[in-house]
Amino acid sequence: MNSANTAASAQLQGPPRTSYWQHLRHVASENPVTGMAFGLFALFIGMAIFGPYLVPYDPLNTGVGPALQPPSAAHWFGTDQLGRDVFSRVVVATRLDLLISVSAVAISFVLGSIMGSFAGYFGGWTDRITGRLVDTIMAFPLFVLAMGIVAAAGNTVENIVYATAIINLPFYARMARAEVSIRRNAGFVQAARLSGNSELRVLFGHIFPNTLPPMMVQISLNMGWAILNAAGLSFIGLGVQPPAPEWGIMVAEGANFIISGEWWLVIFPGMALMLAVFTFNLIGDGLRDLVDPQRRT
Amino acid sequence: MSPIWLKVRKVALRLLEALPTVFGILVVCFLLTRALPGDPAAYFAGPMADQASIEEVRRNLGLDQPLPVQFLTYVKDLAQGDLGVAVSTGQPVVSELANRLPASLELTLGALLLSFIIAVPLGVLAATRPNTWIDHICRFLVTAGVSLPTFFTGLALMYVFYYLLDWAPPPMGRLDMMYLPPDSVTGFLTIDAIIAGEWEVLRAALAQLALPLITLALFTLAPIARMTRAAMLQTLGSDFVRTARAAGLSGRRVLVTYAFRNALLPVVTTLGMVFSFVLGANVLVEKVFAWPGIGSFAVEALVVSDYAAVQGFVLSMALLFVALNLLIDVIYTMIDPRVGEDA
Repeated sequence: MNSANTAASAQLQGPPRTSYWQHLRHVASENPVTGMAFGLFALFIGMAIFGPYLVPYDPLNTGVGPALQPPSAAHWFGTDQLGRDVFSRVVVATRLDLLISVSAVAISFVLGSIMGSFAGYFGGWTDRITGRLVDTIMAFPLFVLAMGIVAAAGNTVENIVYATAIINLPFYARMARAEVSIRRNAGFVQAARLSGNSELRVLFGHIFPNTLPPMMVQISLNMGWAILNAAGLSFIGLGVQPPAPEWGIMVAEGANFIISGEWWLVIFPGMALMLAVFTFNLIGDGLRDLVDPQRRT
Repeated sequence: MSPIWLKVRKVALRLLEALPTVFGILVVCFLLTRALPGDPAAYFAGPMADQASIEEVRRNLGLDQPLPVQFLTYVKDLAQGDLGVAVSTGQPVVSELANRLPASLELTLGALLLSFIIAVPLGVLAATRPNTWIDHICRFLVTAGVSLPTFFTGLALMYVFYYLLDWAPPPMGRLDMMYLPPDSVTGFLTIDAIIAGEWEVLRAALAQLALPLITLALFTLAPIARMTRAAMLQTLGSDFVRTARAAGLSGRRVLVTYAFRNALLPVVTTLGMVFSFVLGANVLVEKVFAWPGIGSFAVEALVVSDYAAVQGFVLSMALLFVALNLLIDVIYTMIDPRVGEDA
């Protein structure tokens, strides 16, 4: 009797709020890997914030141990050709790597969603210009375009950020355009318009917040790609310059030693890079299952 | 109109649609040549130049003209195949790129072929057994595959197969010094060796090719497997597959003739993105394995700030990408059974 009552009242109030958490638990139990990914994510954030204060050695200090030593109790990840501690360098590098990719993704998210929202809401010339721009960027193999931009604009870390932002722009612009244009004449939008909101207020106050869930998925998947991209650029000698600790450049420096068997110079920064990208991709997949189960692939 | 004629017309229209894309590429490449840090004229005049000679260089390069005129000159030079001279080698950029292109193509196309052969059956297998351990393994592999930095996989494979196991030859270029390259017909060492009938050379070339090929294939495998799985899941759930099953056709026939052939279409369309990835990853793999393709040429040029070479490389990669996408669209039109039926 009592339970029937609560069930009925719950139905009257619409779907109960706990269903979201039940859904989350359901998704998490279906796919335990996602839970692991959130743990790793916390680890990386922790490394980025507190890393420099926790590491046993100064990452730039040469000769803290004998050069080219394999991993040991004193140097967990071994030492490099200048006797620097690889473990400290890998941990400290997290901040720079994440900073580059977070700033790049933030820039392309903001610019891309503004451009895409205008294109999707107003159509006409805004749509044509955005479409042309996006098509032109996508006409290039994206990594190659980033190489060209950095080569032309100058070899600095800021330009790596801008180049990565430019090549990610199309994904956000296209997504925002699609998500906005399907809601352009939805009931709640017409209601907002009728109650006297300006067009811009309708667009950014009412429509845009509704596009955020799929955008979050895109951001997460994109972050991994942005990290890979930035590390790839520094691997070929663009952007970050030695001796700064950064995963891509550490792999590039270690590459000269792999054929003589000093594996730890490449494997540890490479694994850190791989794990970071993997984490963001898994979170993206998990979020997608949560937000949009139909698109699960 | 006959279906064939409709298809031809559709292909011709698609070729026309590529023209604005090529125009966009030219504009971006032109803007990149004008975005050199500092004054391009001062750069080309060299560090010892005084004001008068900088001005002269500016006139010679046409940099005193308005931008649209400069753009026309740029396009005219390109039409004559003039991409400038590579500072590092003193050769015209066009001939440098043309000499190195076959090496890059051999690697890229080989890797695409290899990943297709592995990824498509894997995707089909995962789709026919959803939520089993095969499916979970496929999902894990696919996510792990796109997370792998190609340069790291390459180095790891090199360590295992060259240093530890000593199966692979030293990762230096396309052919061991001990062998003479076969007569160049296609520029692909493996195919040239087969044409010349030099099996020993073929074996040596394949041995050099194996590791870079696997590295690149591992990277492209993931998106193809992912798309195949998704497309197969969709067609397997569709009405026509259910009808075919209900009509009592054998499972194999439903899977291959009905589901798989229809699932292939969306897979083909996503190849565009895969090409974009593979052409970018190619640069990194070439650097890791000292592969003498256009990617490592561009990386060497980047190190010495040889702008003409880098821009020539960006332009030729973009044009190659457009050509590959066109090819895919033409193939799509040709294999799509729906084109020509609705008219």
